[in-house]
Amino acid sequence: MARTLMKGNHAAVYGAVMAGCTAYYGYPITPASEIAEGAAEIFPKLNRTFLQAESEIAAINMVYGAAGSGRRVMTASSGPGISLKMEGLSYCAGSALPCVVVDVMRGGPGLGNIGPEQSDYNQVVKGGGHGNYRNLVLAPNSCQEMCDFTMLAFDLADRYRNPVFVLTDGVIGQMMEAVELPKPVTHIPDRSEWAVCGTPLNKNLINSIYLDLDDLERWNMALDAKYRSVKENEVRYEEYLMDDAKIAVVGYGCVSRVLRSTVEMARARGIKVGLFRPITLFPFPEKQIRAFADRGVEKVLTVELSTGQLVDDVNLSLQGTLKSDLYYRVGGNVPSALEILNRISELYGV
Amino acid sequence: MEKKTVLRKPAGFLDVYKHKPGAEKDRTHYCPGCGHGILHKLIAEAMEDLEIIDDTIIISPVGCSVFAYYYFDGGHFQVPHGRAPAVGTAVSRANPDKIVISYQGDGDLAAIGGNNILQAANRGESIAVFFVNNAIYGMTGGQMAPTTLEGQVTTTTPYGRNPATDGLPLRMAEIINQLEAPTFVARVSLHNPANIRKTRAAVRQALQNAKEHKGFQFVEVLSMCPSGWKQTPVNCLKWIEEKMLPIFPLGTLRDRSAEATPVVRPEPVLEPGKVLEKLGLTEDKSRGFARGTVAEEYSEMSIRIAGFGGQGIMSTGQILAQVAMEYGYNVSWLPSYGPEMRGGTANCSVNIQDDTIGGAEAVSPNMVIAMNRPSMEKFEKTMVEGGSLIYNSTLVEISPSRTDIKAFPVPITGLANELGDIRVQSVVGVGAYAAVTGMFRPEDIIEMLPQFFKGKNKSIIDLNASAVRAGYDYVKNNF
Amino acid sequence: MSHYPRPGINPDYCKGCGLCVASCPKKVLAISEKLNSKGYHYCEYTGDGCIGCGNCFYSCPEPAAITVYLKDHQPGKEA
Repeated sequence: MARTLMKGNHAAVYGAVMAGCTAYYGYPITPASEIAEGAAEIFPKLNRTFLQAESEIAAINMVYGAAGSGRRVMTASSGPGISLKMEGLSYCAGSALPCVVVDVMRGGPGLGNIGPEQSDYNQVVKGGGHGNYRNLVLAPNSCQEMCDFTMLAFDLADRYRNPVFVLTDGVIGQMMEAVELPKPVTHIPDRSEWAVCGTPLNKNLINSIYLDLDDLERWNMALDAKYRSVKENEVRYEEYLMDDAKIAVVGYGCVSRVLRSTVEMARARGIKVGLFRPITLFPFPEKQIRAFADRGVEKVLTVELSTGQLVDDVNLSLQGTLKSDLYYRVGGNVPSALEILNRISELYGV
Repeated sequence: MEKKTVLRKPAGFLDVYKHKPGAEKDRTHYCPGCGHGILHKLIAEAMEDLEIIDDTIIISPVGCSVFAYYYFDGGHFQVPHGRAPAVGTAVSRANPDKIVISYQGDGDLAAIGGNNILQAANRGESIAVFFVNNAIYGMTGGQMAPTTLEGQVTTTTPYGRNPATDGLPLRMAEIINQLEAPTFVARVSLHNPANIRKTRAAVRQALQNAKEHKGFQFVEVLSMCPSGWKQTPVNCLKWIEEKMLPIFPLGTLRDRSAEATPVVRPEPVLEPGKVLEKLGLTEDKSRGFARGTVAEEYSEMSIRIAGFGGQGIMSTGQILAQVAMEYGYNVSWLPSYGPEMRGGTANCSVNIQDDTIGGAEAVSPNMVIAMNRPSMEKFEKTMVEGGSLIYNSTLVEISPSRTDIKAFPVPITGLANELGDIRVQSVVGVGAYAAVTGMFRPEDIIEMLPQFFKGKNKSIIDLNASAVRAGYDYVKNNF
Repeated sequence: MSHYPRPGINPDYCKGCGLCVASCPKKVLAISEKLNSKGYHYCEYTGDGCIGCGNCFYSCPEPAAITVYLKDHQPGKEA
C-alpha cells in the first residue's frame, strides 16, 4: 500500500482501524486530540462507534463496557486525562478485559503545559491505578510505529486479556512522517467464552469483586502469573551500534530519535556510543540491560523527558553492575543531540 | 400470555445463585425488609413475561445492589461506582439487539455518577435505568446521599442534613425529565401494595420499551432501607409515605413509548476489502517522481520554516514533506505545537533525507525559510555553516548577520501580492525552495496541488500553480 | 391443602421483615413465635381466608420465600 504523510496521532487511528477496533471512546486533550478527531472522521465510515464521552472517566468506562462486550476498543488521552482514567484501567485489568489506550504525554504535574514530556512513565508503566496489576506498554518512536504498535497493542491485549498502552509523547503524536498502512486484519479472536455478547447471549459475568479473601488472593496470583508470562515472552527493544559500544545511551520515544543522532555525532568523533531503546516499557528489557557489562559497556546514560523515572528501571536492571547516570529535560523541552553529546563528554571525559 | 395460576419466584432469577460465595446460594444477601428484593422480583418477573431473559444484560455498579449479578439470569457487568450509564452506553452500542439494564442506587447515580446519568440520558442511550432512591448510602453503612431528606440523621449528618451546608435532596426524575431524549420517566414507590403494582407497571413499560430498543428509560423507585434508617421494615413504609412522598412526588413524568422510534445501529464493517474500499485505500496513489541531480549540499535537508501565524508556515512544511516523499525520501514534519503556537508566531521543522531520520526538530538546520524578520534573526543563528537561508525580503528589510551562509532574499509576500492573493505566499516559498535546492521540479509540485487543496476549485489550484512558478522563477532569474 | 387460593411460605427463606403481614388485606398472615434455621421469626399463613390478591408475594423482598397459588391453580401444573 502507498505511503501516506500523516501525523503520529492519525497513524494510531489507522492502526486501530486496521486492527478491527470497532469503538473509540475519548475526550479531547492536547496533544492527543487528533486521535479522537481522526476516529471521529474514519469510524463512522465503517459503521464503527465514535463517541466523545462526557469525561475521561466516562470514556474509560465505555471502553470497559465495549471490551466486556467482546469488541476491540480504544481510547486516547494525555497526562491529566490518563490520571482520571486510572480507576477504570484498574477495573479493566481486574476484570481481565483487553483494551488499548494511547497516551500522548505532555508536560506536568498539574496542568503543566502541552509540550512533550515523558513524565507519565510511572503512572502508566507501574500500573497507576489501585491494586496489583500492570499495563503492557509499547513505546513507538515514529509515525509508522504509532500505526504498527497500536495494531500490535490490540493483539497483545487479546492475548493477555489486559489493557495495553501505546505510550508516546507530543513530538511523536504531532509530527508527520510517511506511513505505510498495514492491511486490515482478517481474523479477530473469539471472545464468546468470557465476553457478554452474541446471539444467543453469552451470559457471562464481567467482574472484579471477590468477597472471599482466598478467592481474591488466587485471582491476584493468576494475574501475577500472567504478568510473569508477559515478562518472559513480550520484551521488545532496539539497538543501534551497541556491539562495540563503551557508552550506552538509553531512551525511548522521541528521545530515542535524538539519541540516534547523538550516537552518529559521537561516532564521527570516534567515541563508541551505542543506543539501547526499550520498545516495551512493561515488560522492561531487564535482562538485556543487565547484560551490558558482559558486552563491554562501561557507562550507561539514561536520557528522558522526566526527572528520573525511566532511570529507575534501568538501575534496577543494571543491579549496580555499571556506572549509571541520568540526563533529563522537562517542561516541554527536548534536548538536542549535541547537548547530549556534550553531557557525555563532561560526564565521561571523552 | 397465559393467565397465571401461581405467583412464584420468577424465571428472571437464577435457580441457583452460582456467583454468590458461601453456602447460601438460594437466598439473597439483602437485609430483612430491604426494597431491593421487591424491585428485583418485579424486574425478574417482567424479564420472564416479556421473554427477554436470554437477551438481557444487567449492569450493577457499587452499592448494595452491586451483587445484582448473583440473582438475575442474563449477562452481567459489575462496574465502578456511578459509571453504569457510561458502561451501559458502550454495552448497548456493542450489543444493539440486547436489552441493557442499569440498576443503580442514589449515591451511585445522583452523586458520583451524576454526570454519567445525565449525559447518557441526554444522548438517549438504549438503557433501562432502575434508580433505587432510599435516601441513604446503604452499603457503606448509612451515610448521607444526595437524596437524603432535610434534617435526616445519617452517619455523616449526625445533626441532620442541613440545607445550608449539605444542600437539599436532588430530584433526579425531574432533572432527567428536563432532557429531550428520554422516552419514559417515572417515579414510583414500594411502600404499599397499590404502589408496588404501579412500580410493576412502570418496570414493565420500561422493559417493553427496552425490548423495542426505544432509547432511554428512567424509573426512580422510592425504597426502604431499614438498616440505614434504623427503623423496622413496617415503620419504613410509613416513613416513605410521610417523609419522602412530599419531597419526591410520584407519577409518570413522561411517556413517549408510543411515538418513540427504535434505535437502529448497523453492523460495523470489518471485512478487509470493504474496509479499504470505504476508506478509499484500494489504489496506490503514490506518484513516484524520478529524482533529478541534486547537489551534494542539498542531498540531506534539515529545514526550519518560520514566520507569523497565518503565513502558511505549517502548510509550507507539509507540502515540502509531501513532495519529497513522492521523490522517495524519508521525511518528517514537526510543528511547534507547544506553548508557542498561540503566540502569533509559528515554526516547523522538516527533514528530508535517505537515511533514517533521528531527532525531528531542525536544531541545526541547513535550510531556513524565514517569512518575517524575527524568524530570520532567531533561526539564522542556529544554521550550520554553509547552509541556505531563504528569507522574505518583502517583510525583512535587513540583511542576515551571518556571512558564512548562503542568503536568498526572495520577495515572497510581494510575489504573492502581485498574483492577487497573499495567501499563496506559502506556495511561493515552496517554489523558491525547489529552485534553490534543485530537489523538486516545479511541474511535479504543481501536479500535487489538487491533493494539497482538496475541494478547492480550479481557479485556486491555478493560482497556486502560478505561485509555485513565481517563487521558482524568481530564484532562477536572480541567483 | 386442597383448596386455592392460598400462600405457600418457605420458612427457611423468610427474614421475618413483616412486609407481607402488613400487606395482607385479610390479615391471614402472621409472624410466628417459632424461629427458622437462621433465627428469624418467620411468617405463617394462619389459616383460611386467602383471596389470592398477591400482595404478600409482591411485598416480599425474598424471591423464593412466598409462593401464592391462585384460584385456578392445579397441583403439579404451573402456568
